[in-house]
Amino acid sequence: MGKNDIDSRTKRSLLRTMVRIREFEDSVGEMHLRGLTAGSMLHLSVGEEAIAAGIGLAMQEGDVFTTHHRGHGIFIARGGEMNRMMAEIFGKSDGYCRGKGGSMHIADVHYGHLGANAIVGGNIAIAMGGGFTQNYRKTSNVSVAFFGDGALNQGVLYESMNMAALWDLPVMFAVVNNQYGMGTRIDRASASQEFVKRGESFGLRSLQVDGMDVEAVYQGANRLFEHSRSGKGPTFFICDAYRFYGHGRKDPSPYREKNEEKKWWDRDPIPAYKDTLISADLISDADYQEDLDAAKAEVADAVEFAKNSQVPEENDLYTYVYVDPIDASGTIG
Amino acid sequence: MSVMMYREALRLALYEEMKRDDRVFLAGEDVGSYGGAYAVSRGLIQEFGSERLVGTPISEAAIIGMGIGAAMTGLRPVVELMYIDFVGLAMDQIANQAAKFRYMSGGQLKIPMVMRMQGGTGRSAGAQHSQSLEAWLVHIPGLRVVMPASARDARGLLKTAIRSDDPVVFIEHKGLYAKKEEVPEEEELVPFGKARIARSGSDVTLITYSRMVYTALEAAEEASAGGIDVEVIDLRTLNPLDYHTIEKSVRKTGTVVVAYEAHRNVGMGSEISARIGEELMDVLKHPVVRIGGKDVPIPATVLEKYSIPQKQDLLEGIEQAAGR
Ligand SMILES: Cc1ncc(C[n+]2csc(CCOP(=O)(O)OP(=O)(O)O)c2C)c(N)n1
Ligand SMILES: [Mg+2]
Repeated sequence: MGKNDIDSRTKRSLLRTMVRIREFEDSVGEMHLRGLTAGSMLHLSVGEEAIAAGIGLAMQEGDVFTTHHRGHGIFIARGGEMNRMMAEIFGKSDGYCRGKGGSMHIADVHYGHLGANAIVGGNIAIAMGGGFTQNYRKTSNVSVAFFGDGALNQGVLYESMNMAALWDLPVMFAVVNNQYGMGTRIDRASASQEFVKRGESFGLRSLQVDGMDVEAVYQGANRLFEHSRSGKGPTFFICDAYRFYGHGRKDPSPYREKNEEKKWWDRDPIPAYKDTLISADLISDADYQEDLDAAKAEVADAVEFAKNSQVPEENDLYTYVYVDPIDASGTIG
Repeated sequence: MSVMMYREALRLALYEEMKRDDRVFLAGEDVGSYGGAYAVSRGLIQEFGSERLVGTPISEAAIIGMGIGAAMTGLRPVVELMYIDFVGLAMDQIANQAAKFRYMSGGQLKIPMVMRMQGGTGRSAGAQHSQSLEAWLVHIPGLRVVMPASARDARGLLKTAIRSDDPVVFIEHKGLYAKKEEVPEEEELVPFGKARIARSGSDVTLITYSRMVYTALEAAEEASAGGIDVEVIDLRTLNPLDYHTIEKSVRKTGTVVVAYEAHRNVGMGSEISARIGEELMDVLKHPVVRIGGKDVPIPATVLEKYSIPQKQDLLEGIEQAAGR
């Protein structure tokens, strides 16, 4: 087996991770339509599972990351527990953020998740700072900023890429390019589509792959991480995929051509990969069914858990504003 | 005690804290071999090297964002914006990220980061290099806002800020850097949320902070010659605000002047006078007198001094409050 070959256990994990994400997201979408989720905003990563699984499984213990507002799948790929994720999305006390964050702000220190972010591009410099720490402490860990194509035109991205390259920080700038920022197609927002050049011009090792091909993502991520882990600095990784649903779950996407949507649905990363693994005899139909059933059960449990979790109480409003609340009797602070 | 300049007191705090804790580092534009725009970090790079005296590109958003990420992952960054006037370039990172992540994460993440910045008039630096923008930051829950007036407090508060587990905005005044004062030899940490009685008095409470403390003290001296005994409160930290000390003094004097260099409209003094009006109306002998900077962009050259409160303005305010 060559250095870049993927062993069959990993292949099954890649598929299983994508299936788990899809099941979770479909269920979250359903719960949202039924009015069980907290808040009006819900962004699903259906169609982007190969990016989450491919990069997520190439990451290692001790690595840290931040995500954009469409980050459920990425966190599942990094170990996120569906129970606590679902509870957070429901706005309940057992959620990762005790119901204070919601879908767009899930964070988990234990798995190195430095927070999902609802400011487009807002998470990027923070991940760069995670890389600063890794460099300061001379670890071989990496830090990943996941963001959408919409953030490609935010200034802070280029400030951060420059700083990371200047100091050889082990940071991956990972673009989940789903072709749209809300209703604006990428070519209507970006003057040039040659994004790899943007990374290269800052001195980042840069790569663009088919984000519907989970193995291409996984192998690309491994190569780029190796670069950073060996002290050679940051990388820029753009993965092309598609947002299968609307911007929010309820957005019917009138600004997209139906045949464009169909073209991408036909490239759905999950069935294609399942077929590849089965026809190569790497997994059986029964293996796949087992993984699918387990994912469905896990998601059903998560929904039950979230439904049964307590709603936060009014007093909880005031906790965790500060580490040290300091009583000076000023209403300020 | 040894006598040192405000900037030297800040440098001493940085030196002491960096010696004590190797997680502490300073990052900002020209903080390294240049020594900082106002020479606060001069010489520190020789002691700590460029790994810990990190000169950055001119990228305010990424400077703060980098600090947030570094703080979340276990370091204790002190990041510097050369002028508070540049805070707009980093406001998303400060207000939406640093201030909110502890809360949004349900207490999981903490951001032990100090954001040093410098403001105020006095050097005719013009409209984009002279502002007092503390109100923008005091408005945001999740941040601490510290504004030392004295060299002693500059050192003691910066040390407390560096040891705080919350994000702290630490605002220095450019007009104070060369001011010399006594600073104790031994280590001193000045707590947040404790105002300082800079001068005690019984007739009028004059509430202020940062460089305006000195103008207030001069005005108080002149007022006392005219028989008005003024108590000057140096707030030291705007968040947390030491309302105890304010209340105690106002109950004693029943007469209040608030004075601040920032634009008068919706400034820190607006909040303080509103609160006194809400809670202490029964002891007030006269409406609170609020003195702030003029609501105009700050002009360069000779016009600058007309835009901010002068001793005479404070003196008139004191007399007005005292019913003279
Ligand atoms: C700074 C900022 N500007 C605008 C918005 C509103 N907004 C939310 S998501 C979005 C589109 C983002 O597109 P992209 O980065 O490609 O992510 P996607 O939603 O496609 O995953 C916009 C404009 C925002 N949240 N933050
Ligand atoms: Mg997009």
